[in-house]
Amino acid sequence: MAIMTYADAAKAGLAEEMRRDPHVWAVGEDLGRGGVFGQYGGMLAEFGPERISDAPISEACIMGAAVGAAMMGTRPVVEMRFSDFALCAIDELVNQAAKARYMFGGQARVPLVVREPIGMWRSSAAQHSQSLESWYTHIPGLVVVCPSSPADNKGLLKTAIRSDDPVVYMEHKGLWPVEGEVPEGDHLVPFGKANVLREGRDVTIVSWSAQVHLCMKAAEQLAKDGIEAEVIDLRTLWPWDKDRVLASVEKTGRLIVAQEAVSVSGFGAEIAATVSETLHGALKAPVKRLGAPRIPVSYAPPLEDKARVTADQIAAAATALVGR
Amino acid sequence: MTDRRNIDANRVVDHCRMMWRIRAFEENALRGLDEKIVLGAIHPTIGQEAIATGICANLNRDDVLLSTHRGHGHTLAKGANPEAMMRELFGKEGGNCGGKGGSMHIADFGVGMLGANGVVSANIVIAAGAGHAIKLKGEKKVVCCIFGDGAINRGPFLEGLNWAVVFNLPVLFVCEDNGFAATTRTKTMTGGDGPSARARSFGLQAKEIDGNDVMAVDETAREMIDAIRNGGGPRFLHAHTYRLTGHTGSDPATYRPKEEVEEKWKDDPIVRASALVDGQKDAIEKAKAEAYAEMSRAFDVAKAASFPSADLAFTDVQDAGDPRQGAY
Ligand SMILES: Cc1ncc(C[n+]2csc(CCOP(=O)(O)OP(=O)(O)O)c2C)c(N)n1
Ligand SMILES: [Mg+2]
Repeated sequence: MAIMTYADAAKAGLAEEMRRDPHVWAVGEDLGRGGVFGQYGGMLAEFGPERISDAPISEACIMGAAVGAAMMGTRPVVEMRFSDFALCAIDELVNQAAKARYMFGGQARVPLVVREPIGMWRSSAAQHSQSLESWYTHIPGLVVVCPSSPADNKGLLKTAIRSDDPVVYMEHKGLWPVEGEVPEGDHLVPFGKANVLREGRDVTIVSWSAQVHLCMKAAEQLAKDGIEAEVIDLRTLWPWDKDRVLASVEKTGRLIVAQEAVSVSGFGAEIAATVSETLHGALKAPVKRLGAPRIPVSYAPPLEDKARVTADQIAAAATALVGR
Repeated sequence: MTDRRNIDANRVVDHCRMMWRIRAFEENALRGLDEKIVLGAIHPTIGQEAIATGICANLNRDDVLLSTHRGHGHTLAKGANPEAMMRELFGKEGGNCGGKGGSMHIADFGVGMLGANGVVSANIVIAAGAGHAIKLKGEKKVVCCIFGDGAINRGPFLEGLNWAVVFNLPVLFVCEDNGFAATTRTKTMTGGDGPSARARSFGLQAKEIDGNDVMAVDETAREMIDAIRNGGGPRFLHAHTYRLTGHTGSDPATYRPKEEVEEKWKDDPIVRASALVDGQKDAIEKAKAEAYAEMSRAFDVAKAASFPSADLAFTDVQDAGDPRQGAY
């Protein structure tokens, strides 16, 4: 095990896959100088400009070219810089990448990975802060990945690169510098397998991406009051580990879904609905969704903070559900 | 204008055969529409056969073609089996896409035909990427991307052409300029000097030709494809033609005068090609008869075929996850 940042762990995973398979290549704006967050730093020297490829500011063509290149047997890793900019490439992702295999009757595979950094950090405002993961879970054909730790960012990225499905790979910008232990060598984290970060009997808290860390903080606060929360990091939203979530709620009888994204039509709604449909009789309290209000993210900190779900809010919601 | 003096008569006959096959396929597809066994919209390519024919005659089987909603002719010319295509139009088992795509998503990867596309202009960026993969793999293949004159007003046209130039990719872009984008005369909605001028402004070598002259298409495509295959980078072929039918099989095209269409029938590319050669009348007539027999057989077989089993709705979605989750 080595201690690495979330950014470096992804870099290690990508580099390993590029060494293993000559058909893996990365393309995006400013990759040659390391990518805007340094997540490709130094890779040009090892792999050269054809495989760590700069691109014009042409998001539709970056994505569309990746579709064509993937159908022709290469494995492009596409960098979109911010998930916000990936909206310029929605046709290419949703109508082309996600549909090609199905609408051509199984003739095509589109093994591309699109990296779309999500989330708030500080004062990046409405067009550089969004968490749009739930949009893609609605699209048949796509895989949606939201890693929360350095180890997962390596292991899930490697799995994504080896997948024959198009994968929307959403790293959280606030996590780039976060350090953690990362297994060396072929560390592969499968899709659809949640990570139970903490076991508990009183309430299940389901989350993903950076919000997971706030859930863990909330769980520590709750433990001081004698409430034992089970914290589940979904890791991937499609496929999502329904069995693990249901098993946990069956035990605790209570569910909180905590997400950084806007709550309305967020992926939390899918989890809440599934749990209500399946475990209505086992629930000791109504399910609780926590997410951002339906406001764009602001620039000024007091306004921006209104879009955040805090550890205190999660703890308060859990306390209310447990009835203390 | 093709010069009749030093023409390869056999090649003209071959082109006539392919054009008749496309024409006969389209007429049978329209018959299917009348009989309500073509289930969705079709976009006939009648009158535009020379472009698909002249270009695909210069592509190898493992070269790659990307097409549009008006893609039957391109697909046939690239070598697809018309019976499988007709089955696809009828939504039947054994269609190229197993009945999941229909006319607008017709594809035959086995002959390098990587798909028609329901989204105008979308094939341009995909073609750039196909070219990119060929370059990365060090292969000698060529990508051909055919699109309409309406496609040049969407962003992917700009992004895809620029990309192909910047990365020096083996892509032949072909603008099939039939003067219309659905019911609109394309010129009234296009600024500047049109497709070739835009292509040149990106640094592409571009040629504007009479797309109803099959030998002119053949010759220009050969030159360009040779240059591309030898590492010369992308080229742009702007071919003028005319859509002799409505935009779709059910469009009466009342937005243009009847006289205009009658006049354009005199420019039928098959008639023009036949007039290029003396002494080949019988050979061309025979090719025509065979084409109609072939396509009417394809029609009959497709008509008699079954619909695919409903369970197939759940296959080929993706490897990960259960497509039935949450449904019903
Ligand atoms: C992005 C997009 N916008 C609109 C349409 C609807 N549409 C289908 S074909 C067409 C006209 C296309 O004209 P052109 O590119 O010249 O091709 P042609 O039909 O003449 O072959 C339109 C507007 C579409 N399919 N995709
Ligand atoms: Mg047109």
